[in-house]
Amino acid sequence: MSFLSNLINGISLGSVYAIIALGYTMVYGIAKMLNFAHGDVIMIGAYISFCVTQYMGLPAWVSVLAAMLVCTLLGITIESLAYKPLRNAPSLAVLITAIGMSYFLQNVALLIWGSNPKSFTSVIDADPIRLFDGQLIISDVALVTVAACILIMIGLTWFTGKTKMGRAMRAVSEDKGAAQLMGVNVNLTISVTFAIGSALAAIAGVLLCSAYPTLMPTTGSMPGIKAFTAAVFGGIGSIPGALLGGILLGIIEIFGKTYISTELGDAIVFAILILLLLVKPTGLLGKKVREKV
Amino acid sequence: MSERKQRTPMVPFPSDAIIPERDLGTRPVLDARHLGVEFGGLKAVDDFNLIIGRTEIAGLIGPNGAGKTTIFNLITKVYSPTTGTILIDGKDTANMNTIQVNKAGIARTFQNIRLFGKMSVEDNVKIGLHNKMKYSMATGILRLPAYWKTEKLMHEKALELLSIFDMQDMAGAIAGSLPYGAQRRLEIVRALATGPKLLLLDEPAAGMNPAETSELMENILKIRDTFQIAVMLIEHDMHLVMGICEGIAVLNYGSIIAKGTPEQIQSNPAVIEAYLGKRKEGDA
Repeated sequence: MSFLSNLINGISLGSVYAIIALGYTMVYGIAKMLNFAHGDVIMIGAYISFCVTQYMGLPAWVSVLAAMLVCTLLGITIESLAYKPLRNAPSLAVLITAIGMSYFLQNVALLIWGSNPKSFTSVIDADPIRLFDGQLIISDVALVTVAACILIMIGLTWFTGKTKMGRAMRAVSEDKGAAQLMGVNVNLTISVTFAIGSALAAIAGVLLCSAYPTLMPTTGSMPGIKAFTAAVFGGIGSIPGALLGGILLGIIEIFGKTYISTELGDAIVFAILILLLLVKPTGLLGKKVREKV
Repeated sequence: MSERKQRTPMVPFPSDAIIPERDLGTRPVLDARHLGVEFGGLKAVDDFNLIIGRTEIAGLIGPNGAGKTTIFNLITKVYSPTTGTILIDGKDTANMNTIQVNKAGIARTFQNIRLFGKMSVEDNVKIGLHNKMKYSMATGILRLPAYWKTEKLMHEKALELLSIFDMQDMAGAIAGSLPYGAQRRLEIVRALATGPKLLLLDEPAAGMNPAETSELMENILKIRDTFQIAVMLIEHDMHLVMGICEGIAVLNYGSIIAKGTPEQIQSNPAVIEAYLGKRKEGDA
């Protein structure tokens, strides 16, 4: 029974990674850049939700919407101020800018909210489900997290597959220049991608802090890096890959911590990533890109 | 014909402009004057002048490296010209970007095929229709009736356009998996979907066998007649160029060395020299 319970915890943690990884993978797929500030957008989202419930006394669902709104605007602003001017710059310049933006956001949070950890109250207030005469307890947060992840996946798959903006995103991800010559507004498409990724980051931030309620300015960095790992694990640029990578990473982490060593949990996660990349450099669902010579 | 259409162009045509007689009374679809571009001091295009009539099929030929594709890149604003002006249907493109030039009525294909290879044939055409059919993103997310209506319309329009080349049965296939000839045709359909007034084709017959080329020639004429648009093509296949182009411009080292009808071009000594090299004194 403890195996089942660990599995459920793993899937739940993995769902959070998957939601964050979606942001990484979509931005990479379309703007061809690694947005290392993505993890810190999660942290900002969690702080906004915290402030709305604690200081303004508004209901939890309002705080989630507020977090999504603020993060969406933040994502668009970061893109237009920091990344857009570097659209044609070497990728290293953009990468360094993203790392700088990550530290910038952490320090802004430090300035506003201080370094003392805040205790985040879960936005979900329901009773856990007890199965097998109370031997298996599934927490309300875990259930909502997995459900949110599934809904987001279905929504995004449909959005990219069947709507005009989704088609434009796929076109831009394949050939920016050709898309532009067909009249597709590449800048708008990239902005929308950042907006969606950041809104998802806000949801992930709230869910993450509902499960692990310590909130401080560095809260986003480790999950951010893990989710980035998950995106690479599943094949960066692939939406189903982000889901698969995220969930697998969550399960591996929880099992590693439970059955092998709590201290080595993260080391195990990254060791498995290295092994996988040695065998399959493009990740689980990543497609091999043949360079023409 | 209405009086409006009889209106003469704002700037008088240069004396060496050649456009078909039937297009003479109407505003030209493309009017490029003194066009030039430099890359780090190197003049890739110098004093390029060309006027294309509304339903003309124009050819741009010249040896490799003459600057033909650069001309297409200047017209579509991939590069900004260093000197000169381009009018598309009378509108100055100086302050336009690539997207605006597309909206003004220019669509193109590419020398090396640049389809969205992982997307379906139908979706490739729908990207071309992107600006023609509108619904807001919120409408799309909430799946309001306008979304279903517009998407249905786009689907029908895409199939209709594909049927020009008898490709409607391939609509669901992945574009990258199509045979080479079909990919070239799909690129033309995608460009047509943007509703151009002038279609730029960059080596449309490259890699085609004679039978396919003949079919392509018929199709270019068919497109011109059906949509009443102008076509400008870069091509090395002289059978195609001489067969369907009404006006031909020959480019060498970035400058036009000859302009005229196919007959005039074929007998022009400067053209023969550019293609075959100068005959040395004393050679037989």
